[in-house]
Amino acid sequence: MTAQLLTFYLFSGVILISSLMVISTKNPVHSVLFLILSFLNAAGLFVILHAEFLAMILIIVYVGAVAVLFLFVVMMLDFKTSINKDNILQYIPIGILIGVVFIAELIIVLINTKFDLSNIQVLPNPLSDFTGKSNTEAIGSVLYTDYILYFQLSGVILLVAMIGSIVLTLREREGVKRQVVSEQLQRQGKIDLVDVKSGKGIDI
Amino acid sequence: MISLAQTYFIEVMTIILYCLLIFVPLLLGVVMALYADRKIWAAVQKRRGPNVVGPYGLFQVPADGLKFIFKEIILPDGSDKTVFLIAPIITLALSIAAWAVVPVQAGVVLANINVGILYIFAISSLGVYGILMAGWSSNSKYPFFGALRSAAQMVSYEVSIGFVIITVLLCVGSLNLTEIVMAQKTMWFFIPLFPMFIVFFISALAETNRPPFDLPEAESELVAGYQTEYSGMPFVLFMFGEYINILLMCAMTTILFLGGWLPPIDIYPLNAVPGFVWFLLKVTLVFYLFAMVKAFVPRYRYDQLMRLGWKVFLPLSLFAVVATSSILFFFNLAPGM
Repeated sequence: MTAQLLTFYLFSGVILISSLMVISTKNPVHSVLFLILSFLNAAGLFVILHAEFLAMILIIVYVGAVAVLFLFVVMMLDFKTSINKDNILQYIPIGILIGVVFIAELIIVLINTKFDLSNIQVLPNPLSDFTGKSNTEAIGSVLYTDYILYFQLSGVILLVAMIGSIVLTLREREGVKRQVVSEQLQRQGKIDLVDVKSGKGIDI
Repeated sequence: MISLAQTYFIEVMTIILYCLLIFVPLLLGVVMALYADRKIWAAVQKRRGPNVVGPYGLFQVPADGLKFIFKEIILPDGSDKTVFLIAPIITLALSIAAWAVVPVQAGVVLANINVGILYIFAISSLGVYGILMAGWSSNSKYPFFGALRSAAQMVSYEVSIGFVIITVLLCVGSLNLTEIVMAQKTMWFFIPLFPMFIVFFISALAETNRPPFDLPEAESELVAGYQTEYSGMPFVLFMFGEYINILLMCAMTTILFLGGWLPPIDIYPLNAVPGFVWFLLKVTLVFYLFAMVKAFVPRYRYDQLMRLGWKVFLPLSLFAVVATSSILFFFNLAPGM
């Protein structure tokens, strides 16, 4: 039990510190790297909760794909010119405003919610018994049956967003030469395959 | 309290022992792989390859390693030094970490976790960070281009590897690597899933930046890609990380398609051989294929590489997922149905 507690404090401590570093480091690339570190430790927390499937998916999707794109974009910025210490103070009022609104919302939610763990089964679809199933199986059997509509809807939304961004950034340029593999393979009379005898060669 | 500390001490010591049990054979494997790589490459080109240091040149690789250890570590002036030094460590650590779940024989595995294949997939998708960090922190043009190319390449081919893994998992019904091997008792998966075997093999080449997809370190264009500014020990860490990743991909091919530690036919003289011998033989065979491809396939152009990944492999593997699941569903072959 102590070991589990220690690992919990380790992971959550690193999450807190690295999240703080995300917003306090001057270098945007370092920020993204700290963000990735906090993602990884969040995955560690999932493992402690025995939710290993969620942990792996978190790493594969957020760290392995989304954060790589972040890093890609940030790396290509010329951030040396964009850092200006004088500008930081002018953002403080709006930062405080957003923070106050956020904390107020949280407090309102927390006051109005009663945490009654005995009543936790009140769900739109009561979950069936998952004892003896691995958590991959349990998630699959809920996600693809009771919640298939939401699952499909989120997929469609992501697809639309993807196609939308492709359409927005697509531009046809004139005079660009492209390789068309099927045309290359189909041209006749220009390629000869010749069996060359070893040591004799061929006449061209 | 003392007894508690003692139990933790023993536990920590066992964990360290297990880590050494993975690390030492891997180190040996990398040395042999490097030697085999050079020998095979030389044989294809009718050269002798390393043959001076030790019997048959076997000590060439340790000698090279020693040379690198005693070389000066040069930190470029404009580089981001912390990130610059962390990058090779991350590459090596991740490539070793993935081996924790690889079963070499029935029951012989460090961590027999439920989501083994997802773990390997996750760890190998993290591998791109070592390269990106190295390329960016070097603060130099060629490493940066190399890192960008490499990251784009690895992310692209991970997609098709993911779909290929899904087709295999459909036939197994479990994410556990041991169970994936046991599901191949009657037939190794490379027979029914042969096209996917080919797709996986080529994607593995691209994922590990092996020729013909070694564009990140294409020396005619980018010096040595993201490794350009590295010297001495950090360079060795990159080299080792890369080769451990290659061995991991060979092991993955073995586990997913070639029946892991299972003998080819389950009859007497063959099934008396210990499982890890079969495993090693199969990994060696796949590595031999890797080395042969390196020897005689010319390097791809970058746009051709991207075309292959997104326009050929992605639709093909996506179709294979749909086809496999449909066949399994209609003929009632799906495990757990």
